[in-house]
Amino acid sequence: MAANETMTRSTADEAARERAADYLLRRHYVRWPEVLPWLIAIGCYFAFPDRMTFGSQVLIMVMFALSLDLILGYAGIVSLGHAAFFGLGAYTVALAAMKLGWTEPVSGILAAGVVAALVGVAVGWFILRYRGLTLLMLTIAFAAMLQEAGNIRSDFTGGYDGLPGLTFDPLLGHFQYDLYGHTNYVYVLVVLAVVFYFVRRIVYSPFGQALTGIRENVRRMHAIGSPVHRRLVTVYAISAGIAGIAGALFTQTNAYVTLTVFDFDVSAKVMVMLILGGTGRLYGAFLGAAVYMIFEDKLSKLSPTFWQFGIGLLLVLAVMFARRGLLGLADTAWRRIVKRGAP
Amino acid sequence: MPHLLTIAVSILFDGLAYAMFLFITSVGLSVTMGLMGFVNLAHGAFAMAGGYIVVSLTRSLGIGFVPSLLISAVIVAVASVPFERGLYRRLYKSTDLEQVLLTIGLAFMAIAAFTFFYGPIPKSVPLPSWLEGDVNLGFRSFPSYRAFLILIGAVLITVLWYAFERTNIGAKIRAAVDNRRMAESVGINVDRLFTLTFALGSGLAALGGGFAIQLFGLTPYFAVLYLVLFLIVVAVGGLGSLKGTLLAALVIGIIDTGGKYMFPQAGNFFIYAITVIVLLIKPAGFYGRE
Repeated sequence: MAANETMTRSTADEAARERAADYLLRRHYVRWPEVLPWLIAIGCYFAFPDRMTFGSQVLIMVMFALSLDLILGYAGIVSLGHAAFFGLGAYTVALAAMKLGWTEPVSGILAAGVVAALVGVAVGWFILRYRGLTLLMLTIAFAAMLQEAGNIRSDFTGGYDGLPGLTFDPLLGHFQYDLYGHTNYVYVLVVLAVVFYFVRRIVYSPFGQALTGIRENVRRMHAIGSPVHRRLVTVYAISAGIAGIAGALFTQTNAYVTLTVFDFDVSAKVMVMLILGGTGRLYGAFLGAAVYMIFEDKLSKLSPTFWQFGIGLLLVLAVMFARRGLLGLADTAWRRIVKRGAP
Repeated sequence: MPHLLTIAVSILFDGLAYAMFLFITSVGLSVTMGLMGFVNLAHGAFAMAGGYIVVSLTRSLGIGFVPSLLISAVIVAVASVPFERGLYRRLYKSTDLEQVLLTIGLAFMAIAAFTFFYGPIPKSVPLPSWLEGDVNLGFRSFPSYRAFLILIGAVLITVLWYAFERTNIGAKIRAAVDNRRMAESVGINVDRLFTLTFALGSGLAALGGGFAIQLFGLTPYFAVLYLVLFLIVVAVGGLGSLKGTLLAALVIGIIDTGGKYMFPQAGNFFIYAITVIVLLIKPAGFYGRE
């Protein structure tokens, strides 16, 4: 009798273990809904040929939000100063073009990514020893310091008047930039796809798993001997590099840049986008940035005041009722439908 | 040489006035953060609300500036209670991120609401004649508005110090900041204590907001523009420490004023540099607990 019971329990255990292993083995598989955002992005190219400039800006913000998702959603680092790296990337390209005549776009964004990532290593190494309010303040202070430093040397950076009229070489030596931004849209979309693939690989790697572990329980990660600080600095640098690439694309597509890219508002805005979409799920950045930008475009024209009030209200409601963002809501709704449908 | 001395005295005086503003506005934030570990990014919005209420009271109702300051502080203190009871309370045990989002959302709503009612243009208030012009202290004269601010600051520091260190309720607050669970198990009602300090802190912030009108000019963006400063004072001083907040306000107020006198193009660079240096050396601030 007793032996029989142990037997059934061990088979049940076995089945559970298998299911868990199955989940771990398969969770990185591409499922059909993942194709959807990309199809939509490509479809927009044909559907809205006259809104491609705006479209490129949306895709850039998607990339920026994605970089924040990597540290916020996966590693649990709350940063209100991520604009620092966006701005660094933006200014790397701008200053390289202005002062060095380095106007080749693709190598430009790579350089911007490397610069931002290196600064990310240096800064992250110092500040990621802290958590909570201290870390939050350090991220804010770092972005603000870069902005002030840029303002002190406004002879060099152009200050708040910016560096206007930057020109870049044709893309890959072939494709000229057109007035409607078609080339830019495709360019940004391709870069985003490459970055996204890279981020997706990271997230589902053992390294990504370790980051989730740090987010969920940092003490336990220390206890099992995980090099927590090194992992956090690594992901911070990667995220900084991606933010830098997004910033570089921002400069290239707008052909100008001002110190406002370092604004606290920019850091707060990208966080709002990510929260709106849902953190720690990759496509949250997509949905959040797109929804935010489209609503902002429509509503802030009507009344910027009401738009801001709406965003504030949305944040409060999201924290109170939908902590996992729009995708989280969709998830819950979907589960409910499936449950009801099942016998 | 006397010229240098004049500059030094001016820097010290203006820095002191600035520090008093920072202290008055931030002290409530420090205590509430120390008590509950709550990251309140809407604190600047309460200060801004205080400032706008002063504008309305003086301009529309013709009440004097000083009584308006007091009335506005009381109004904001009372009005902050439902926020604490209804919204903040639900998130005490949540993550930093959720608290940041809730309060930044509230700050956005406040900015939009005040822009709607008061417009985006900076406001000023009529001052009584004794607050305009200079006051002569024998060896030289100082702007009387700032002198008044310093005086009020000094009085508040004394009162708060007494309340914090010498009264029963102050002892309870200190106990709760030190060890919340222990304080609760010896029968201190930390929840009620928190509501009380939250209201008091918001009221003081409103007072600071009232003073800010003539110092910086009041716009709806005050809520986020100066919020970073208040947070810096709190983080540098150490959560929940009166002494720390005062020291941080003095250091930041005086060094920033000095920096702006000597390198006007540097803006707030010095403030951020000090913050980063202090936090890297002492992550919990001057008097915070590690």
